[in-house]
Amino acid sequence: MSTAGIEIGLERETPAGLETEEMTLNMGPQHPSTHGVLRFVVKADGEVMRRAIPDIGYLHRSIEKISEKVGYHGFMPYTDRVDYVSAMQCNQGWAMACEKLASIEVPRRGEYCRVIACELGRIASHLISVGTTGMDIGAFTPFTHALRERERINNLLEELCGARLTFNYMRIGGCAWDIPPGFVKRASEFVEQFEPLIDEYNELISFNKIYVERLANVAIVPAEMAIAWNLVGPNLRGSGVKYDVRKDVPYSVYPELEFDVPVGTGERGTLGDSYDRYMVRMNEMKESCRILRQALGGIPEGPVIAKVPRTFKPPPGEVYVRVEASRGDMGWFVVSDGTAFPARTHIRTGSFSAMAIIEELSKGLMIADLVAVIASLDIVAPEVDR
Amino acid sequence: MQQLADSLLQTGFLQGVPTEAGYALVIAFFAFVLLNFIMLIAGVTSWLERRVWARIQSRVGPNRVGPQGVIQWLADGIKNIMKEDIVPAEADRPLFKAAPYLAMMGFFATFAVIPFGDGLVVADLNVGVLYITAVTALVVVGILMAGWASNNKWALLGGIRSAAQIISYEIPAGIAVITVVLFTGSLSMQTIIRAQGWAPWDWFLFANPFLCIASFIFFVSALAEGNRTPFDLPEAESELVAGAFTEYSGLRNLLFFLVEWGNLYVIGALYTTMFLGGWQIPPITEQPVIQGVLQFATFFAKSYFLVFVAMWIRGTLPRVRVDQLMTLCWKYLVPITFANLIGAMIWFVLFPNGLAIMRFAMFALGVAVTIYFFSRILFHLRRARPRLRLNPIS
Amino acid sequence: MEAAEIHRRLRDKLGNAVEPTLQDGDWPACEVRAAAVAEACRFLRDDPDLRFDCLSNLSAVDRKAADQIEVHYHLFSYAHRHQVVVKASSPRLDPVLPTVSNVWPIANWLEREAFDLMGVTFVNHPDLRRILMPEDWVGHPLRKDFVEPEEYHGISTRRESLLKI
Repeated sequence: MSTAGIEIGLERETPAGLETEEMTLNMGPQHPSTHGVLRFVVKADGEVMRRAIPDIGYLHRSIEKISEKVGYHGFMPYTDRVDYVSAMQCNQGWAMACEKLASIEVPRRGEYCRVIACELGRIASHLISVGTTGMDIGAFTPFTHALRERERINNLLEELCGARLTFNYMRIGGCAWDIPPGFVKRASEFVEQFEPLIDEYNELISFNKIYVERLANVAIVPAEMAIAWNLVGPNLRGSGVKYDVRKDVPYSVYPELEFDVPVGTGERGTLGDSYDRYMVRMNEMKESCRILRQALGGIPEGPVIAKVPRTFKPPPGEVYVRVEASRGDMGWFVVSDGTAFPARTHIRTGSFSAMAIIEELSKGLMIADLVAVIASLDIVAPEVDR
Repeated sequence: MQQLADSLLQTGFLQGVPTEAGYALVIAFFAFVLLNFIMLIAGVTSWLERRVWARIQSRVGPNRVGPQGVIQWLADGIKNIMKEDIVPAEADRPLFKAAPYLAMMGFFATFAVIPFGDGLVVADLNVGVLYITAVTALVVVGILMAGWASNNKWALLGGIRSAAQIISYEIPAGIAVITVVLFTGSLSMQTIIRAQGWAPWDWFLFANPFLCIASFIFFVSALAEGNRTPFDLPEAESELVAGAFTEYSGLRNLLFFLVEWGNLYVIGALYTTMFLGGWQIPPITEQPVIQGVLQFATFFAKSYFLVFVAMWIRGTLPRVRVDQLMTLCWKYLVPITFANLIGAMIWFVLFPNGLAIMRFAMFALGVAVTIYFFSRILFHLRRARPRLRLNPIS
Repeated sequence: MEAAEIHRRLRDKLGNAVEPTLQDGDWPACEVRAAAVAEACRFLRDDPDLRFDCLSNLSAVDRKAADQIEVHYHLFSYAHRHQVVVKASSPRLDPVLPTVSNVWPIANWLEREAFDLMGVTFVNHPDLRRILMPEDWVGHPLRKDFVEPEEYHGISTRRESLLKI
């Protein structure tokens, strides 16, 4: 992981005979910005960056290879670690891929439990995202307030599956446990109490002039660039492309639920800047509350898990399943060769593309903006490195 | 203090001691007392900041060490002193070691002219405010030295940003001070205070709109000079771990942070002197001792209120980027402050003794704003009450 | 547009480089010869009726039994909302494929990942070096016959089993 692989040519510009030497700074793997273990080699001319070259791989745990060793059932806990900030959706992705390989149908109650868990996880993940965006910009208060709300979600999910961060809640064929008694009431109370708080957060920080100045017109990603670089999720929607896997390639019981897909509007600054991506996440939390209300109100009776053999041997084939995770559309590519162990698993995550595009976006930004861009693209290191 | 020293030499305790030695003893004694006082203030300010900040963020803050955690700063101080003294291998050793002391000197020397009461001042220089403005520039030198000598590119960036910020914001701050000096005709701190009265409508804050604007500009510029949020880019934790002070550990680190918190108090003291009437108290008593105590308490309370406002702002606002910071200073604050000065000059020519109606009108406006502010707070508290009862551990 | 139609157009453009049969499934797959991949991708992106403007995924699969490494390109079109998979195989010993990083910029990193973990060399790639593993790592971990080295920079990779039965 040294700079040996990255060319550090000292470029000397000569406008009017002056020589400007670039500074090569290292925003090292240990860093107070809470996005995980990431490293940037920043070539800067004073305060303005020429390039910020990302260096990833510090959190590479070869999860994909592990799947070939532990088998289909055993891989479920590992999927939590792919994106531990929003682990439920990763569980769902793996479960859906395996179910598609073996053509298993999940009972409706199981699907509803999955949707409730995923939407709660989505709100929790977005809370962390907007909180850390605020913290990186310098406002420490929204972070603690967001975490306070996330504590309530953690409590709810702990009731559901016993864990607060890495849930391992879903199984191939459904969910591991049924919802406990009183859960629906408590979750509904939480949703009622949380939804007005989103407006409160907006009043506190989103419309603050300093905050808007820091985020608006910074790292503008036009729609074509977002598509060419395969940005997904709120990053893509912040650039104006209205695409959500839950609506366009619907899975689970999302076709029965009514919700909107918020898209960036360029209200302050240009369409596709950091502020748009941030506001898309704030609005998505509202939509998640809407979904939660409908889902909590209409859970059908029945089993939560289908009958799946203990040794799961799907027929040979390959499948590419997309789930709308908090950070965008997560693609689960699983190749099965008929044995109990997958032949190849590949997880294509939204943060991977977001890291890739940073090098392109960083040209001409200031060092202070680099942190804002990383935060607004909502990059988490485990997703990048797997 | 000069008179005290003279009286001690002639008739008091130090009879028979040669003059210079006597003076030196008195100076050393007062410096010692002042140093202790300042360290106490800086320490308690650090505790107060952590509590205030925590409550704003719906946390608790330090509450273990001592009642409500008031001696947390002592524990932190002792911990810092006991830490290993690390000087980076490639660092410039003399500069690295000297930097905290320069910053301390720059900050400590300002206390020589801060008036705590009518006669409770170490030296009532007739260039009081100018002296303070000049001496706080030493802090810049200290921070720059720290950034350079650390042999760390991030520290250098932090030091440079900080130096640019402080020297830029000295201009609006200085001109705001000049606006006040205009109305008193003297640079001496005691004279400025005596030109105001004890009642709020006699304060310079409400004297006329130009002084009110000058007070806001001064407060903002002073925040920027003290490296406080929203201008704390040099210490931006998210980017440069601690800016210019990244490589400092132990006692030197402690000194830098004491400078920062103590600076808050100096800002409060300056603001109180210039705009809030300083130590003026209503004429309730004639006893000099009680008067002295009451004056000290008033001055302290007013300065500390300003310190609290600075902490409050820190918990609320995000950070401004470097180019936005410079834009704010040079494109907005400097022209506004100059225009303000010219307006104040015109006002002074028109009404050399002030205009009573304007004073009372501004005071009424201030009271109205305060009442509206508290009513909004009550409104929010009432609205939040049902949610405040929700216990997260339920 | 239907997958069969996409397949037909691709075959019309590239002729024998494309396998005649379309593999069925949720994402229908066109098999393309390795050397023609870049041309196929460029055609798929630029043709106004196809407009595959997004490379959703690039995965390399180690087919040890067939002695091939198969690279899957999952393509998606935001303009027309259709999808297709392009597969290209290359011999396992020295897999070489042309790069598509000048067609979709994200392929830069995805191909680096395939190179790093599977050993596929992409011709004309602007910056083909390891991305997830350290620069001085030997071997390509996701291959089926990958043997872990005994130690890395003095850190042993063998450890005793934690279960003492």
